[in-house]
Amino acid sequence: MTTQHAISVEKLNVSFGDSHVVKDLSFAVAPGESYGIVGESGSGKSTVLRVLAGLNRDWSGEVDILGKRQPKLRDKAFYRAAQMVFQDPYGSLHPKKTVDDTLAEPLAIHGVRDAEAKISRAMQDVGLPTSFRFRYPHQLSGGQRQRVAIARALVLEPTILLLDEPTSALDVSIQAEVLNLLQALRHERKLTYILVSHDLAVVGHMCERLLVMQFGRGVEEMTAATLAARAPQTAYAQQLLTASEGFRRAG
Amino acid sequence: MTATSDAPLLTLDDLRVDFHTPTGIVNAVRGLSFTLGRERLGIVGESGSGKSMTGRAILDLIPHPGVVSARRMEFRGKDLTAMDKASRRKLRGRHISMVMQDPKFSLNPVQTVGDQIAEAYRVHHKASAREAKERSLAMLEAVQIREPGRVYDLYPHEVSGGMGQRVMIAMMLIAEPEILIADEPTSALDVTVQLQVLKILDDLVTSRGMGLIFISHDLHLVRSFCDRVIVMYGGKALETLPAGALDKAQHPYTRGLLGCLPDLDHPREKLATLTRDPAWLA
Repeated sequence: MTTQHAISVEKLNVSFGDSHVVKDLSFAVAPGESYGIVGESGSGKSTVLRVLAGLNRDWSGEVDILGKRQPKLRDKAFYRAAQMVFQDPYGSLHPKKTVDDTLAEPLAIHGVRDAEAKISRAMQDVGLPTSFRFRYPHQLSGGQRQRVAIARALVLEPTILLLDEPTSALDVSIQAEVLNLLQALRHERKLTYILVSHDLAVVGHMCERLLVMQFGRGVEEMTAATLAARAPQTAYAQQLLTASEGFRRAG
Repeated sequence: MTATSDAPLLTLDDLRVDFHTPTGIVNAVRGLSFTLGRERLGIVGESGSGKSMTGRAILDLIPHPGVVSARRMEFRGKDLTAMDKASRRKLRGRHISMVMQDPKFSLNPVQTVGDQIAEAYRVHHKASAREAKERSLAMLEAVQIREPGRVYDLYPHEVSGGMGQRVMIAMMLIAEPEILIADEPTSALDVTVQLQVLKILDDLVTSRGMGLIFISHDLHLVRSFCDRVIVMYGGKALETLPAGALDKAQHPYTRGLLGCLPDLDHPREKLATLTRDPAWLA
């Protein structure tokens, strides 16, 4: 049964010292699906993503990715299959490494040959001109940096992308470009996405299904259609949806 | 323009902010003009549009290589351009005040939040320590902090983001300024907390008849919160329009900004992207 899912999580629990930040969380994502996780700060949504990416080793429960039960410490093969894009492109790129260095590193780690062509192709895929290849991050705009971060994730040709608020540090016009890019790449390469965001409109646009989290628990799983119809079952999901519609003056 | 505004609180004509750097002059604000009455005026724009610089220029808070110039810059008929630094400082906080984006970086970490509010009051008003404390407690209550007595003695790291932002608002409003400039006051907050903070800001501004300049990158929020909106791009105001009429905006930039937002009601396969026209800055 687990083999049908690209990602399946059963009774995931994460604690940092005394605080229990993810509680009995279970969900499954089909291959090629785009799955959203939304919630407010402290809801545990990013923690879940970090567990999936193997960046957090203090958890219990069962995590299956591409039909394989995942140990706490992941092997190299895992990182070829699943890559992560972080929130802040100002913090997630090494300031003293050129775009070329950044993209060459994962290839060197995995001993991939033909790095030259792979780097050019990755840059092309994310719409960066080849003239940017030897630029440093400070010579790039926010949107261009996030493209580099996406290119770094894609250069190993993974099947799963874990996206942690990939556009929340960007202006809305740049956000549109990055979201379009992510959509196009997903259709082209049949990628599976997990997108963590606090922005319901972004998740509604990008995902087929989503999970609303609060205080470390999954409150409600719904389809994008339910979200668009403003018809969640739980009070908290409804409250979140209303709050995201903007300010309403009483009376 | 709202009906309640008689004489404008603030008049800006051809405001310019230039940064003289070794590699040339950077024009952060290029010829911005507007008047502010007793209303909620929104300034929206993307990063680098000069919206924060406008707020800082009004307060005389532009850092060193920056130079502010304006044909006219008047606060209730008083010429701000002719004032010296000391007089500008007296205005700041007492008559025109500013709420910053992030309470984590804007509060003093080694002083209790209550003392910071009381200090803000005593800088501008002759008052005993006891009176200042009483006023601060009342102000904390006005921004809907449940146990003002307990919160008064807390340090900034002991309060949540939403509470910190309320403390900032209390601190800025205790001197009873005529104009409040709020620079992305809720961007660091969760949506549900954001609405509570906006509600408090709205009630206080309305009940005290203040003028509010609300600086934000969030079009949805400005549309639902403000009376009037200035859309800025590259240091210029491209368009000024009533917030309710933002949907009917004429300028291609405003329309582009609205068009590239994902919308739950109008799902699209591909989001519109913005084409920038260099002529906008001409």
